[in-house]
Amino acid sequence: MSVLAELTGNIGTVAYGLAAIGPGIGVGIVFAAYIQATARQPESAALTRTYLFLGFALSEALAILGFVVPFIIT
Amino acid sequence: MSASVVLASECPPDDPGFCAPSVLEFFPKPLATFDLFGVHFAITRITIILWIATGLMVWFFIAATRNMRLVPDKRQYFAESGYSLIRDGVAREVIGTEGLRFAPYLASLFFFILINNIMGIIPFAQIPPTGRFAFPVVLAAITYVLFNWVGIRQQGVGPYFKNNLFPAGVPKPLYLLITPIEFFSTFVFRPFTLAVRLFANMLAGHLLLAIFAAGTVYLFTVGNFSVIFGPISFAMTVIMTFFELLVQVLQAYVFVVLTSTYIAGAMEEAH
Repeated sequence: MSVLAELTGNIGTVAYGLAAIGPGIGVGIVFAAYIQATARQPESAALTRTYLFLGFALSEALAILGFVVPFIIT
Repeated sequence: MSASVVLASECPPDDPGFCAPSVLEFFPKPLATFDLFGVHFAITRITIILWIATGLMVWFFIAATRNMRLVPDKRQYFAESGYSLIRDGVAREVIGTEGLRFAPYLASLFFFILINNIMGIIPFAQIPPTGRFAFPVVLAAITYVLFNWVGIRQQGVGPYFKNNLFPAGVPKPLYLLITPIEFFSTFVFRPFTLAVRLFANMLAGHLLLAIFAAGTVYLFTVGNFSVIFGPISFAMTVIMTFFELLVQVLQAYVFVVLTSTYIAGAMEEAH
């Protein structure tokens, strides 16, 4: 069989691309909710900021786990 | 100046194709090596940049606060508003009034990360030392020890782990599900993500800049029609430099805010 197209490299990078989809949406939702909460209730900005960063860190954790994959699987 | 002078590359010298800068960027040739207690140390370009950057930061704050006046001069004003950003904007906002005793640590952390991140776009340095995994790991380890220590001091060993692993008000069978999740998210993923977030952002940002910069040089010197794409690559280098500045400041801020969020969580009594 003749090779028509060939792609070389690390499949782990594709894994990172896939792993970034979910957290991308998740982080977007977290910030959208914070903006909405702050727009509706400006006094609550300081109160919810802690939860904003906690939620953002937790959703981004999945993307960060995915980032490590290309380094582990070589 | 050809790209290969500035950038470490793994491509063979007779390869005419584009040689993209790789992760090897972060492993420059050691300028000096020595062994201490069986550990191998190497002083590289990145080490020197770290020393200079941190030294400049320390010198600035010492110089700015040596002769403090009621009516501040420009330098003192700058240092005071920088400190106030962390003390009032982060420590007091996130942790509360009792968080003020963490303000010196949080401010040192912020400015250490900030100055070392910004080295990524300062001409002639142009590599962020925080892109070496060792630095974020140590910073995250300090934060990890700190928030656990604060939690244990504040609540006692038993209640602290009980609050974290067995949150109140949950139906008993659900602990099967919740306890492992809470354990991993609090004691494993917190320090891990804290370190990798900073490291990954700095590594990726630096490689992005390096690839566009090397691409510009390559497109202008390759000597065919590619030269028309050169300006686009150059424009991207400039745009991405400003984008990197934003990312660098943001990552320093996020690291400090998350550190204080974790401390605040550890200080809270059962809820």
